[in-house]
Amino acid sequence: MADEKFDVIVVGAGPSGNACALTLAQRGLSVLQLERGEYPGSKNVQGAILYANALEKLIPDFREDAPLERHIIEQRIWMMDDRSYCGAHYRSDDFNEEQPNRYTIIRAQFDKWFSRRVVAAGALVICETTVTELARDGNGKVIGVNTDRSGSTIYADLVVLAEGVSGLVGARAGLRSVPKPDTVALAVKEMHFLPSETIDARFNLQGSEGVVIETAGTITKGMTGTGFIYTNKESISIGIGCLISDFTENQETPYGLLEAFKQHPSVKPLLAGSEVKEYAAHMIPEGGYKAIPQLFGDGWLIVGDAGQFVNAVHREGSNLAMTTGRIAAETIADLKANGWAMNASNLSTYKARLDESFVMKDLKKYRNLPNVMHNKHLFTTYPQLLSNAAQTWFRVDGVDKKSKENAIVKSFFKTRKVRGLLGDVIGMARAWR
Amino acid sequence: MHIIVCIKQVPDSAQIRVHPVTNTIMRQGVPTIINPYDLFALEEALRLRDEHGGEVTCVTMGPPMADNALRKCLTYGADRAVLLTDRFFAGSDTLATSYALALLIKKVAENWGEPDLIFCGKQTIDGDTAQVGPGIAKRLKLLQLTYVAKIEEFDLEKREITIHRRAEGGIQVLKTKLPCLVTMLEGTNEMRRGTMGDALRAARSEIITWNAAAAGITELALCGLKGSPTIVKKVYAPSPRAEKAYQIEVEDKSVDQICEALIGEVTKRQPGLEKDLVKTSSDY
Repeated sequence: MADEKFDVIVVGAGPSGNACALTLAQRGLSVLQLERGEYPGSKNVQGAILYANALEKLIPDFREDAPLERHIIEQRIWMMDDRSYCGAHYRSDDFNEEQPNRYTIIRAQFDKWFSRRVVAAGALVICETTVTELARDGNGKVIGVNTDRSGSTIYADLVVLAEGVSGLVGARAGLRSVPKPDTVALAVKEMHFLPSETIDARFNLQGSEGVVIETAGTITKGMTGTGFIYTNKESISIGIGCLISDFTENQETPYGLLEAFKQHPSVKPLLAGSEVKEYAAHMIPEGGYKAIPQLFGDGWLIVGDAGQFVNAVHREGSNLAMTTGRIAAETIADLKANGWAMNASNLSTYKARLDESFVMKDLKKYRNLPNVMHNKHLFTTYPQLLSNAAQTWFRVDGVDKKSKENAIVKSFFKTRKVRGLLGDVIGMARAWR
Repeated sequence: MHIIVCIKQVPDSAQIRVHPVTNTIMRQGVPTIINPYDLFALEEALRLRDEHGGEVTCVTMGPPMADNALRKCLTYGADRAVLLTDRFFAGSDTLATSYALALLIKKVAENWGEPDLIFCGKQTIDGDTAQVGPGIAKRLKLLQLTYVAKIEEFDLEKREITIHRRAEGGIQVLKTKLPCLVTMLEGTNEMRRGTMGDALRAARSEIITWNAAAAGITELALCGLKGSPTIVKKVYAPSPRAEKAYQIEVEDKSVDQICEALIGEVTKRQPGLEKDLVKTSSDY
């Protein structure tokens, strides 16, 4: 085999890699995309919610043939203790718009579709092929990749690492460190099969309308984490995740939490009579702004989860992945069009463009939040206080309302004390600002 | 040398479920794979090609989606892949399938040379009939070697092949003349991992796709549902076994007692076994 050389090699076929390869191919660059899974999506796991905006920028007409499950018209946020939830729901017919804003998707199907678009745009996509290491020249510039298939090095002007949160290529090459346990969450989920009519009835839906429920509280046993319930066409995705460091410290298991979550009296009826179709686990980078590694260098750059681009507060990740992939590709294509070298100083425009985008602005806004969230009171004490308060308020038992108010206020101060309450409020407010 | 390998894209049977209410097979979202027996056939073909030179052509009949399976064959190292796809072929049973495949093979032979060998898997995992391979051989008037466990000798000069065939009660060693059709058993070899060069070539290749007319198939009454005398009367899920695991109480018992109890329970369920056991023990 003669030496193969491409303009760009993209490692990984998730949302960031696909966005990058698609944009590069559309701009006329020769692209090789390598994916270790049997097919694009076979190893990719997400809740999963698709935010239309990021995809629209890549494939404006995606709604015509992308495998979408339900468009989301209602968001529920639940604070849960062991027997109750106290929540806020927002539902609007405005979300039944012509071009809905959010959808539930099944990633194995969606990623396959996405990849077909990448192939159609002209990129060469090869699956079941693991990139084992980056090839470098004498000056340390990345010049290509070696794979687990026999054959010589494949060369490229630039290698894009879209290898996901646990990708090893970048770590092996010393370009980024393996994420630390307190910056990565481990989430597990199950898909429960139910007829669509049953889902419609249980969640008050019709047609392709969908609901998402995000939850926090005692379900994570004091650990930093959240749970979710999403409606698909003919299944319900239910999952829960916590920081890996918390799992280790507390000797809890992810499946143990999920089992308990499913048994919660507010959740159990939603799943009644369902059949588990599949289960999956995935790591989520949640270190935020401060955990973002060096993103570019001579002959390489990083996009997506590999760069810790996840907004844990707003449960956004795949849209950040697509956006970083697209911005990276636009940068690369511009450099190529001008005949500029793919070196660190030229690639720094990638970082500059990211800083101007919502990706960095959002992550920067919440840069202190990961620290504040390491507070078990948020996941145990407050949900319980909230539930007790609500119950005191709503239970009609001959006690006058003023006394009820006093009891509620007192319960907060008694449990968390003035300093604790103030500290939590100020910490949260500052991190949010 | 020209070797043709017949493959089929099948739903991954490990992931198929029967709908509890309607008793129909739920195919939706079930991933497809290359029929596992066909992979043993393909690897055997690739080995012979590597040793003796020549080309391997993979063929299949199926929906347009089946080009995935063929592309995979190219990734493994096949030289060429041909897909026969047309709505006339929908609903084919083994009779109609072997008819279409036989004509497809004739057309492939016209284009790229008469095959010295045709390989098939012993059967598919979705139909389990093992009829298509022999059906093709019969229609092409080829010698056939079925249930082949091993290719003992292959002599291209003498145009002879010697194989081990798994038969009831033993192994048959058979020798025959080329050209012939071979159906391969499982576990005969291990599928290789194609090289990076193969993977790139596969990704760049166009799968040669023919409809009925392009393959020279004109007698459409012999194809698809029309050409298929087989009628599926009923599909049902096997009822779960009623029998539960039987537990033997072992507390305060010696090893001998436990063994006796165990043998007693087994022979109670399989009466013939006792006689064999008695015979075996008297042999010692």
